[in-house]
Amino acid sequence: MSRLAVDGLSLRFGGLEALAGISLDIAEHALYAVIGPNGAGKTSFFNCLTGYYRPSAGTVSLDGRDITRMAVPDVAALGIRRTFQNVRVFPRLSAHENVLAGAHLRSSASLLGTLLGTPAMRRAERALADEAQRWLEYVGLADKSRVLAADLPYGMRKRLEVARALMGQPSVLLLDEPAAGVSSVEREELVAVIRRTWESGVTVVMIEHDVELVMQLATRVAVLQRGRLLVEGSPEDVRSDQRVVDAYLGRRRG
Amino acid sequence: MARNRSALIALAALAAAAILPETGQGNYVMSIAVQIEILMCLVLGLNFVVGYAGMLDLGFAAFFAIGAYMTGLLSVDLHWPILATIPPAVGAALLGAVFVGLPTLRLRSDYLAVVTLGFGEIIQEVVTNLNQTGGPEGISGIPPLRIGGLVVTTNDGYYNVFLVLVLVFVAVSFRVRHSRLGRAWLAIREDEDTAQAMGIKVRRFKLYAYMAGSVFGSITGSLYGSAFIAIAPPSFGFNESLLVVMAVSIGGIGSIWGGLLGAGIVVAFPEVFRQFAQARLLVFGVVLVLIMVLRPQGVWPETGLGLDRAARVVAQFRGRRGEAVAARHRAAGVERTP
Ligand SMILES: Nc1ncnc2c1ncn2[C@@H]1O[C@H](COP(=O)(O)OP(=O)(O)O)[C@@H](O)[C@H]1O
Ligand SMILES: [Mg+2]
Repeated sequence: MSRLAVDGLSLRFGGLEALAGISLDIAEHALYAVIGPNGAGKTSFFNCLTGYYRPSAGTVSLDGRDITRMAVPDVAALGIRRTFQNVRVFPRLSAHENVLAGAHLRSSASLLGTLLGTPAMRRAERALADEAQRWLEYVGLADKSRVLAADLPYGMRKRLEVARALMGQPSVLLLDEPAAGVSSVEREELVAVIRRTWESGVTVVMIEHDVELVMQLATRVAVLQRGRLLVEGSPEDVRSDQRVVDAYLGRRRG
Repeated sequence: MARNRSALIALAALAAAAILPETGQGNYVMSIAVQIEILMCLVLGLNFVVGYAGMLDLGFAAFFAIGAYMTGLLSVDLHWPILATIPPAVGAALLGAVFVGLPTLRLRSDYLAVVTLGFGEIIQEVVTNLNQTGGPEGISGIPPLRIGGLVVTTNDGYYNVFLVLVLVFVAVSFRVRHSRLGRAWLAIREDEDTAQAMGIKVRRFKLYAYMAGSVFGSITGSLYGSAFIAIAPPSFGFNESLLVVMAVSIGGIGSIWGGLLGAGIVVAFPEVFRQFAQARLLVFGVVLVLIMVLRPQGVWPETGLGLDRAARVVAQFRGRRGEAVAARHRAAGVERTP
């Protein structure tokens, strides 16, 4: 059963065709990797899935429901969460508050309850705060909860963004180059986090440059090139596809 | 930690504030104190908009005016008790907030500043030109505040009333800050586009911020009318709006304690430097510029007083100056003598 169905997705920026008729299905509980050279349209693809960009043609549906023209918060309300390639944490909030912000759609605080600080309200807040702390631990930032996001090094900010996304209890998680620009130790930790998250039942879609990592992690791979879907299939199929070897893998290895 | 230290200092200041009327200050000091409290209340209102949601609002005095005039009209013409005039005053302010906010809150911050400034000017123009609001003379003979059997008539009395109001506003501000609502505002302030990815409906929450500010502003205005017996248009102009923005920025945007301190500075400073007569506003201006240059994050920012951090910055600055001097010497072909 497919969760995300993309059909004929196209996106133009003036004369530039960032996406040209992409069609693919992302199955329930896939760990789906999107690879391709810089400028291939990977981030634009994510932006179309999450309501940030309006595609010029084509449709995106989640569990059979058309989400192509939905606003960003409405897409989020359907259980899709994402991270950004150029890390976008909230700089002047602590790590803990960053994660808590991810719980926006889960708390049902009434204004009166907030103002009066009712016991039920306090319990709910306490539970969210504790959970946020657990997500920080999950990504290895347990001792950073009071540190301002702006004061965290790059790799930690990337992980913080993942924790914030997970706080939203997503059923689909989109990760835009989660391991780019981080140290090899951090990369291993990130891979473990991604794998564990996927194993817990979340459908994960990730953009990644490291082909070896993709091959070892993903259940399915799509290769984009200049806005087109070059190949789509299992990691083995993609690895042995001549077009991919020529266009992407070969060049990388050579 | 920093937050605990902030709370302690603030509590000590509040304790001192509570006993101020008992220390036998003259009417002059007490009336300044009341002005500070009123500005504190307005600062806490504007803090929702500027500090939490990160929007610029240059017409906040409009809500102050709506509160004062609603109370003035209802209590003088219709003989309503002051407390009973507060709900309609708040209702009118909320209407104003929705009326202005709904079509404009999608605008970028700088356009929003212009629109809010216009709103402030319009409200002032309206009360100046309407016969019902007393024209340029305003409304006088506003009755004193009655709470149960208690009639508040003295400066000390209003000092205590506004002290309670400040405390209530502070409590509400903290509650809201650490709730879903406050977190949504802060996320919007930090990064609107990213906030949306969390499911936050940006425009709706910006409107809530504007509305929350209008509630605080109008309640303050209502009680102001009663405290000062007479109200007139000049008290509700751009200058007043600017004063509130100034207090918020001096204290530290988004910081509750900082905002209160900022209100104190903005009101007290020109009074303290009265001996400079004409020059006092100049001196005040220079001090403001100095504060903004030396502590751009405000005197008492949200993240705490940050004394340790300040020390680090000073050390860094010294280091950099050392480097700069060395570089200049090198450029001039002089080795730095030890
Ligand atoms: N907002 C935008 N405006 C104009 N061009 C854009 C915009 N976003 C992306 N592009 C262009 O679309 C193409 C694909 O970009 P992107 O999706 O970021 O690629 P990738 O993530 O695969 O590196 C690039 O040529 C990029 O310059
Ligand atoms: Mg990209």
